[in-house]
Amino acid sequence: MPKITYVEADGTEHQVDAKTGVSVMENAIANNIDGIEAECGGSCMCATCHCFIEAEWSALLPAMESDEDEMLGFAAEERRDTSRLSCQIKVTDAMEGMVVHLPAEQN
Amino acid sequence: MADPVVIVGGGQAAVQLCLSLRKSKYDGPIVMYSAEPELPYHRPPLSKGYLLGKTDDDKLPMRPDTFYVAKAIDLKLGVEVTSIDLAAKTVMAGTAQQSYSHLVYATGASARQLPVEGADLGGVHCLRSLAHSRAIKADLEQTDSLVVIGAGFIGLEVAAAARSLGKKVTVFDTADRVMARAVAPDISRWFEQMHADMGVEIRLSEAIDSIGGADGRVSHVNCTNGEQLAAQMVVIGIGVTPDMAVAEAAGLACDNGVLVDEYCRSSDPFVYAAGDCASHPNRYASRDRIRLESIQNATDQARVIAANIVAGETGQTAELTPYTAVPWFWSDQGDHSLQMTGLSFDAEQFVVRGDPASGSFSVYHYRAGNLLAVDSVNMPRDHMLARKLIEAGVSPDASQAADPDFDLKALLPAK
Repeated sequence: MPKITYVEADGTEHQVDAKTGVSVMENAIANNIDGIEAECGGSCMCATCHCFIEAEWSALLPAMESDEDEMLGFAAEERRDTSRLSCQIKVTDAMEGMVVHLPAEQN
Repeated sequence: MADPVVIVGGGQAAVQLCLSLRKSKYDGPIVMYSAEPELPYHRPPLSKGYLLGKTDDDKLPMRPDTFYVAKAIDLKLGVEVTSIDLAAKTVMAGTAQQSYSHLVYATGASARQLPVEGADLGGVHCLRSLAHSRAIKADLEQTDSLVVIGAGFIGLEVAAAARSLGKKVTVFDTADRVMARAVAPDISRWFEQMHADMGVEIRLSEAIDSIGGADGRVSHVNCTNGEQLAAQMVVIGIGVTPDMAVAEAAGLACDNGVLVDEYCRSSDPFVYAAGDCASHPNRYASRDRIRLESIQNATDQARVIAANIVAGETGQTAELTPYTAVPWFWSDQGDHSLQMTGLSFDAEQFVVRGDPASGSFSVYHYRAGNLLAVDSVNMPRDHMLARKLIEAGVSPDASQAADPDFDLKALLPAK
């Protein structure tokens, strides 16, 4: 179980033992981390599981598919180079220590 | 101790209300009654991934059980609210009486029954709840042929899932095109072809006269044209009716749903209603009030109610929040994504953007030059942009909408 740290917009940190094989979004929900809404339940429909993952981790992340790319352009908080939809990223053991920053607004 | 906010229902609106109340720093008690025994769960997979075995039971809960503890939500599962006393501000829940400060009525809707002989036979299903989906999934395992009655979202999603599992699937609808009430004709045609390509037989402008069976279990359907078609299983998806009996019995104004105003307030000042069961004024509709059956509507109304409960608690009644969110919907069928935004009633002109043959396109619905709605197939960018256009009240000219090279985003007002 890799340790992943979620950082809320106000700086509050939550380190969790993440389950592999399920998404960064689902791990946040399972650990009751506010700051990810995921109202569509992971269908890549709502862009309310927006997160920021620094470039140093990008090699470990799955390539962005066009749906995610297009949805991110309409996230509530403006897209950055590090933006991803957390429902589209499955956790792997290699993500030990990864830091996931959350936006102030998802909706 | 103050009386709690009591939520009647355990669906999408109920969970969002808990989230939004706590996010708004409401720290009073919250009691949620769900008539179902399971933790509040995601419904979209029930007609898709859950049937296919791609979404497991453990992925269905919207939040884990620890969420309700962490948020101090008194979650009462499997407890039905049977009456509301508006004067006393109490509900009867199971055998217990519970008083409330504010009541949020979010009971949802029930599958409409098909009034034909044989609809009560074994193997005849509707799909609304996890229990329904489990029953369909189990029945599919011992079935080779399935008849779906109703070519709406649920019916077509189930048809696509069953076909993917190798079943013989026949879909009936009395309308002359699929999803006739919800989408533009070009969208209907595209999905009819997609289903045909998958091997689903779609029979339009045809009705079922009765369902026949042997030993209490379905064996065939009888079409109104006299034809008999063998079926080991039937799924009926012909719409829903709002669950409003308890509200109506309590004396709340109801008419095809609990009537609410633009602030989601019912005819009683301490009772709100949200989601499928709420008949509400909608700024995107040409009629006085509508009901919407969607996650967007349930969650956005819950957000409005949370804001208005908090405003009331803190005495800021002048600053009520109206419900103004732009409607959006989706349906996944086979490998294809259909996304819709706006309300398409009364559209009189349909403009296609992109090439349907490419598998990705949108249809823009217009009335009197005003953009009412956009349906998008495998085009999330068009969909998201359309939400912004409709929200902003921006109507591209039909010629601009029809030209895929025209940048519609440029029409949006600058931020």
